Amino acid sequence: MFKGKKVIALGERDGVPGPLIAECLEAAGAEIVFQKTECFV
Amino acid sequence: MDLENQAAIKSIADDVGTENLMVVLGMPGEGLRLAVETLTTGDPSWAGPLAGVSLGLPVFHILEEQVRSQVPEDIYADKLLMMEMVLDLPQIENDLADLRTVG
Repeated sequence: MFKGKKVIALGERDGVPGPLIAECLEAAGAEIVFQKTECFV
Repeated sequence: MDLENQAAIKSIADDVGTENLMVVLGMPGEGLRLAVETLTTGDPSWAGPLAGVSLGLPVFHILEEQVRSQVPEDIYADKLLMMEMVLDLPQIENDLADLRTVG
């Protein structure tokens, strides 16, 4: 699903943070092109 | 969705195209709905760089089954299992199903 794909990892402080998403998806073969953790208010 | 992030994602989509690009989110609730809308049909608040821009990106949540099943088991257990217990997973999957039906 993620092999060879460019992925934007957009997390949230009250959910799963961006770096965590990025780390997991890189392990699944994704190329992370952007990762950030938003703060929803 | 954060205006700076909208600008960054628009720039990436312009640079690499949308064909091979996908988004994986980590937020629950209203933040999830707003992010999905912004990244598919455009910023619903009409305040950011993605206002009126339909990127149509494939959008997923890191904890939905089809995504989390792609993560190696040891990494999932170490990094995501706790989040799965904290967040309302059925609600997230229901919200995504609704949003995909609308979209």
